[in-house]
Amino acid sequence: MFVSYKWLSQYVDIADQTPEELAEKITRAGIEVEGVEMPASEMKGIVVGYVQSREQHPNADKLSKCLVDVGEAEPVQIICGAKNVDAGQFVAVARTGAVLPGNFKIKRAKLRGEESNGMICSLSELGIESRLNPKEYAEGIFNFPNDVTPGEDALAALNRDDAILELSLTPNRSDALSMIGVAYEVAAILGRDVKLPEPKPAEAAEQASDAIRIHIDAPEDNPLYIARVVKNVKIGPSPLWMQTLLMNAGVRPHNNVVDITNYVLMEYGQPLHAFDLHRIETGEIVVRRAAEGEKFTTLDDAERTLSADQLVITNGQEPIALAGVMGGANSEVTDQTVNVLIESAYFNGQTVRTASKAHGLRSEASARFEKGVDPSRVQAACDRAAELMSELAEGTVLSGSVVAGEYAPEPKEVSVTLDRLNTRLGTSLTMENVEDIFSRLKFKTATNGDTITVTVPTRRGDITIPEDLTEEVARLYGYDHIPLTLPEGEALPGALSPYQLGRRIVRRYLEGAGFTQAVTYSLTSQKRATQFALEVREPVALAMPMSEERAYLRESLLPHLIEAAAYNNARQMGSVALYETGSVYLNEGDNVQPKEEERLAGIVTGLWQEHLWQGEKKAVDFFAVKGVIEGIAARLGLTDRLSFQKAAPEGFHPGRTAFVLLDGQPVGVIGQIHPSLTKEVDVKEAYLFELKLDVLLSVERPALSYTPIPRFPSISRDIALVVDSAVEAASLESIIKEAGGALLTNVHVFDVYEGERMEAGKKSVAFALTYMNPEKTLTDEEVTAVHEKVLAALKDKANADLRA
Amino acid sequence: MEEQLKGLQEEAILKAAAAQDLKELNDVRVAYLGKKGPVTEVLKGMGKLSAEERPKMGALVNVVREAITKAIESKQASLESEAIQKQLAEESIDVTLPGRPVKLGGHHPLTRVTEEIEDLFIGMGYKVAEGPEVEQDYYNFEALNLPKGHPARDMQDTFYITPELLMRTHTSPVQVRTMLEHAGKGPVKIICPGKVYRRDSDDATHSHQFNQIEGLVVGENIRMSDLKGTLDAFAKKMFGEDREIRLRPSFFPFTEPSVEVDVSCMCGGKGCSICKGTGWIEVLGAGMVHPNVLEMAGFDSNVYSGFAFGMGQERIAMLKYGIDDIRHFYTNDLRFLKQFSVHE
Repeated sequence: MFVSYKWLSQYVDIADQTPEELAEKITRAGIEVEGVEMPASEMKGIVVGYVQSREQHPNADKLSKCLVDVGEAEPVQIICGAKNVDAGQFVAVARTGAVLPGNFKIKRAKLRGEESNGMICSLSELGIESRLNPKEYAEGIFNFPNDVTPGEDALAALNRDDAILELSLTPNRSDALSMIGVAYEVAAILGRDVKLPEPKPAEAAEQASDAIRIHIDAPEDNPLYIARVVKNVKIGPSPLWMQTLLMNAGVRPHNNVVDITNYVLMEYGQPLHAFDLHRIETGEIVVRRAAEGEKFTTLDDAERTLSADQLVITNGQEPIALAGVMGGANSEVTDQTVNVLIESAYFNGQTVRTASKAHGLRSEASARFEKGVDPSRVQAACDRAAELMSELAEGTVLSGSVVAGEYAPEPKEVSVTLDRLNTRLGTSLTMENVEDIFSRLKFKTATNGDTITVTVPTRRGDITIPEDLTEEVARLYGYDHIPLTLPEGEALPGALSPYQLGRRIVRRYLEGAGFTQAVTYSLTSQKRATQFALEVREPVALAMPMSEERAYLRESLLPHLIEAAAYNNARQMGSVALYETGSVYLNEGDNVQPKEEERLAGIVTGLWQEHLWQGEKKAVDFFAVKGVIEGIAARLGLTDRLSFQKAAPEGFHPGRTAFVLLDGQPVGVIGQIHPSLTKEVDVKEAYLFELKLDVLLSVERPALSYTPIPRFPSISRDIALVVDSAVEAASLESIIKEAGGALLTNVHVFDVYEGERMEAGKKSVAFALTYMNPEKTLTDEEVTAVHEKVLAALKDKANADLRA
Repeated sequence: MEEQLKGLQEEAILKAAAAQDLKELNDVRVAYLGKKGPVTEVLKGMGKLSAEERPKMGALVNVVREAITKAIESKQASLESEAIQKQLAEESIDVTLPGRPVKLGGHHPLTRVTEEIEDLFIGMGYKVAEGPEVEQDYYNFEALNLPKGHPARDMQDTFYITPELLMRTHTSPVQVRTMLEHAGKGPVKIICPGKVYRRDSDDATHSHQFNQIEGLVVGENIRMSDLKGTLDAFAKKMFGEDREIRLRPSFFPFTEPSVEVDVSCMCGGKGCSICKGTGWIEVLGAGMVHPNVLEMAGFDSNVYSGFAFGMGQERIAMLKYGIDDIRHFYTNDLRFLKQFSVHE
């Protein structure tokens, strides 16, 4: 909403407030002023001129040589390029030395050999957007009507010396969608009166009700419809003051009748429509729901197909307007119009919203209806427009209004106690303070003990409950005056849950292990939604996606992590280690919330270790990533419960991939991206992992307890076993552990060999075994006894021989 | 005999001095002081001496022994020192060469901001509450005083999955769920961080996915002044002790009164490009929980009141670190992410 300072000052005394001061006060009281524009501040030296003569420039077809009276003894010669310049016009002249917007300085110049002492200006050149210029001047220079004097300040005559406040209104403050509404707000802030127009159109004897009958078929959509009839209007431009105030309010002037309806719309916030009465030959207006599929051409010459949830104004036969949205081409006011019907109605907001959305037509009018207009202004606005048409378009206002329906809701009464106000705000206001605030708002109040009852005018439909009154008091009292306190009552200990703490532990660990945290999008393409997923379901789809790339909910974090790795690879970052924690979304059926599982995923590609000048370079491999996963398990106390099982899920290298198991149940996958995919996803050899973080973190972490440090020495035995190539190390290890019993405290692989020196189909796996008895020193005989058992078990269960 | 001893001493000292290494030196020691060495031989021959001469001679032998021992020890020390010097010289390195890199990752800046805010409020007695990102219309809108058809819940702004399911547009549904869990009994004191989604085209200042952190306090006597005090404490800890806050009236369907909260700019009110010359930066939305919201969540609004606030981690990170484009947060360019692995 653009508020002209000059226009506003008609309704409330703001003479002692600079526009900036006023803007700051309005903002602090609750309506944000986004900016204050003062067009004249970037211009100077612009006066009214009278074009005494115009002749063709001798050397240029497209230029005119004009003699212009600028209020001085001698006229000045100005070369003008506008097509519409002519003798006898009053124009805006930027004199030599003048400045136009954009710090454009006007200098004396010679144009094709002819001297030019200034410039005749268009409205755009004076800083008015061309979409707001009256059509006849949009392409050329502006002509003043004849009531100006050469030499006078053109910027003042054009109301360019105004200040324009741009208000950003929250949806609850539609009351400020009018000059009068803003005046009430400013009056409340400054503690002043509001001067309202009191329209009393001079009426002729002829009754409006003889000229038109109105019938409402859809009273729920349109509870009140008021019309006035103005005959014998002279269509022409509206006066300069009205045109310029409209332009300052962001409205393009058309002709006097249309401008008046727009002016009253801006003044009262009540949308009006002017029909050419001659186009309503039937003499009646019928308001009804459109028929399904009914055709109608709006005044923008677009044919529209209506539906039954839209409301139309008809002449009893065919639509002449889409109610509250736009008039029809068939009943538009034109230069030939003589008699006018002014419509002022209350249309249901939802009905207007439905139609304006269906046709993509949002206008100043529809926006106001949608938010709800003040029913008490419907009549006054109609009267005001009739009055102005009589004054400014020489129209004859017929006697009375034609009114159909009735809508005069009682003002609401809302009560609140002083105690409640003060305890909600943390203030210590008195009843006098509170009464004063409501009186500034022009709300009637009645007090009864501690209770104040406020009669809320219909213009403030947003106030319905005690908290709304609290807000009015708070904003006008000023939030700056509310003290700073902290909540009282029992002190609660704040803390992360064990789950949340676990998430941080995992993040810290991974970051220490060289992974950088990534955050990627949850929405993805159909293809990526299920790629690499641990569990594939029909992906959850958005009803109205903005693009195919963001149309489905992901079932794995990996596709976007791969994309991030590829992005970095393409930018000379060959070694990438990224991880992400986030949700995947698993379809549980229509209209059921998907199951959201928190996952931990990562990608590593390029070098795992690198120390250039010492010639150390180690590319990432499966075991680098597996070590990281084992580290997570160690951090979470899950080492003994985690295992790995060779697997070949889709998208992974079948020889280099494993499922991660917790207590034997799959909780994730780790492996190399399938070599046949690397081209498609644009990464080289990369290792991926994705774990069910929610499962890992939901396991109760073991409480720490101290185990005494062994006092007795341990004995180590190394064995190199020859087994079939297919035998997995983990199976050998579990045989060793089982046979080793309590005395075997540690076993680990220290060498694996498969090659020339081995029999085909065989490999050697070497283990280091540590035996210890925490109670006493082990003897060699005791160890040998157990060790023989281990070797026997290995031979028995895995056909493992000691390597010779 | 005395002569002989003096000669031995001189000879031994000269040989010790001439030893090239520890082995040679040891040979000298063995040769002169060993069991078969000449000094021992002299001692053995002392039995032939008279009782007067014997102690005299014994003392002399000791003097000679000591002198030789001293010479050998001194030579040994110097040889050892030479050896270590040689070793040190050989082992000398260029300490300015780069160390073996320990790979270090780091937090995403959004996590950094989130954890910082979490920790700050945990310190003030808040718990961290989380909830689903795909929400029911009821929790995202209706229970927050946004009934169907409410102008503030434009279909265009929300990613719907079905008419009843949507990508949450704020983390407020977590507040609703938490209040319902409390079954009408206060106090509730939580912050809710998480991802949220809006139907926006991605550009420098808009992202269809972003993060929010909201706070909620419900109790028997929660006042607007408590909100102000809490946010003042937050602003000072998050942005600096010299910062102030300013409340401006605003509108949210789920709070009444509602306010926008500005934090004073780091320019100290002089006006700069960040605050666009106003001296204030808009950081939070807040207000007193709307009685309809309390009632729908099972709280008696005559007994309980509460405040709520919300902010965006992206915006805070952009302000705090001077980041100019919101898309950086989701591109995962390591050159961007690595800048946030340093601890302040």
